[in-house]
Amino acid sequence: MTPAQTTVLIISGYLALLLALGIFSGRFFRGTSSDYFVASRSIGGFMLLMSVFGTTMTAFAMVGSTGEAYRIGIGTYGKLASYSGLIHSACFFFVGLKLWSFGKRHNYMTQIQFFRDRFESNALGYLLFPILVGLVIPYLLVGLLGAGAVVKGVTRGAFPELFEVSGGSIPTWLTGLVICGVVLTYIFIGGVRSAAWANTFQTIVFMIMGVVAFLLISRGLGGFAEASAQATRESMVREGRMTQLEFFSYGFIPLSVGMFPHLFQHWLTAKSAKSFHLTLVAHPIFIMLTWVPCILIGMWATGVFPNAPSSNAVLGMMVGKFAGPIMGGLVTAGVLAAIMSSLDSQFVCLGTMFTQDVVVHKFGKDRFTDRQIMWMARGFVILIVLVTYGLSLLEPRAVFSLGVWCFSGFASLFPLVLAAVYWKRVTKTAAIAAVLVTASVWFGLFAASDFGKERGFLVLGAQPVAFIFLACLLTIVVVSLFTRAPSEVTLSKFFPKK
Amino acid sequence: MKRWMIYVGLVVLFILHQDFWFWDDATLVFGVFPVGLFYHIMYSVVAGCMWALAIKFAWPDLGEDESQ
Repeated sequence: MTPAQTTVLIISGYLALLLALGIFSGRFFRGTSSDYFVASRSIGGFMLLMSVFGTTMTAFAMVGSTGEAYRIGIGTYGKLASYSGLIHSACFFFVGLKLWSFGKRHNYMTQIQFFRDRFESNALGYLLFPILVGLVIPYLLVGLLGAGAVVKGVTRGAFPELFEVSGGSIPTWLTGLVICGVVLTYIFIGGVRSAAWANTFQTIVFMIMGVVAFLLISRGLGGFAEASAQATRESMVREGRMTQLEFFSYGFIPLSVGMFPHLFQHWLTAKSAKSFHLTLVAHPIFIMLTWVPCILIGMWATGVFPNAPSSNAVLGMMVGKFAGPIMGGLVTAGVLAAIMSSLDSQFVCLGTMFTQDVVVHKFGKDRFTDRQIMWMARGFVILIVLVTYGLSLLEPRAVFSLGVWCFSGFASLFPLVLAAVYWKRVTKTAAIAAVLVTASVWFGLFAASDFGKERGFLVLGAQPVAFIFLACLLTIVVVSLFTRAPSEVTLSKFFPKK
Repeated sequence: MKRWMIYVGLVVLFILHQDFWFWDDATLVFGVFPVGLFYHIMYSVVAGCMWALAIKFAWPDLGEDESQ
């Protein structure tokens, strides 16, 4: 057996293990749609931390961060990771806790159910549904593209006769197919409960494997100090790589967690408000533990591979060069773990949104049995997976660039959720106008960047998200002041007198 | 500690994030971490500590749901 085939065997073993865990966790499934969609609101502090953290970390965090550090240096950590440590937890504290509380009190399963109630508007739900689903698709795409790039990088020459076109590597179409198959299997068995179990396991795996890759690569380069000494000076500073305004404007992007529909669903699974304690404190630390090894690997790669063909491939190339086939396989399994721990939550969430926000909302909750609803959720997920999978075959776009656009869309809608939670005066008309304005400005700028092809696209020197966010915020404030305030019934529901 | 102190802490941390003072400094801390990266590693630890303080001293009142 060749070293590359050994790597393939290790990766396959990991996927089989994950599948077994998914089937095992399905034994705890209670058979109801409430358990399928929000795990009967019974998830404790540790699993909440692992599932929320695992969900927010994807190919963007491992493959994307290594590639971006290779391309523009250590500023990658500050502009996303350390900002996220602060702002993600702020979103959990100021928005997540409130939404969890509303969800428990009014039995919500999706974000749109909350918005419909809060803004007394069915139309807002139908408007938000395609926008949120449309923004989740590039997020899924980031996962599939990242998985394909890494597996292709570490399996070079494994099957030269079988996969001649890809130089003997496992082709990206096959990796995407297998990844989707494994994730769909375990979420179909137990819904969000299986996703939480799988996320816990996978988060442990990718954190450990990130550190293992870091140690192996540093050893291969002669130790930490030797490895850093070989890196280029440009990779160690931000001067010439980004402006201070651009760096500042990246601070808007982590606000996306306040609007991710799949994170909203994870918040709702919490057993109590206290379940959030560990997530708030450990999230910034976990981000640091995951990102720092990847940033340093990307920085070191500037000395090892001065002309890498693609930034997506840098992590796979470094692992392939410095880790043996067994460790290479294990580290790749860690990368796949990070990717799949996001895909599963997104798949469950899409199914939940379709059934709850469209089917049940339209036909009433007594029209279908729990079993029928769960099957409809699965059917919709398969449809979206097919669309995403098709796009992944056409789109060899940079993971980091695509991820930033996707997160920018969610982040720009953050004023909507913040106003819904804290501002009594915000109105239905303002919410609808804000969603329309945000979607239009986002699409206009995305098109101006040649649909993400133009890397480093900026508006007046800042990230586009800053302007889309401001457009949303201004629309909410101005339109609210000129339109009719919500009814007293709604206000007393969301702002009860103490 | 009151809730407003969390707001102040957030603003201070946001300002400290804009570390233009290490913008062009390639000094390696412990021979491994460029100082611009090391600063942000420490920043992440401080952010975790701030949220620990928020839980202890400024936990929001969520009404009846909190006890469930």
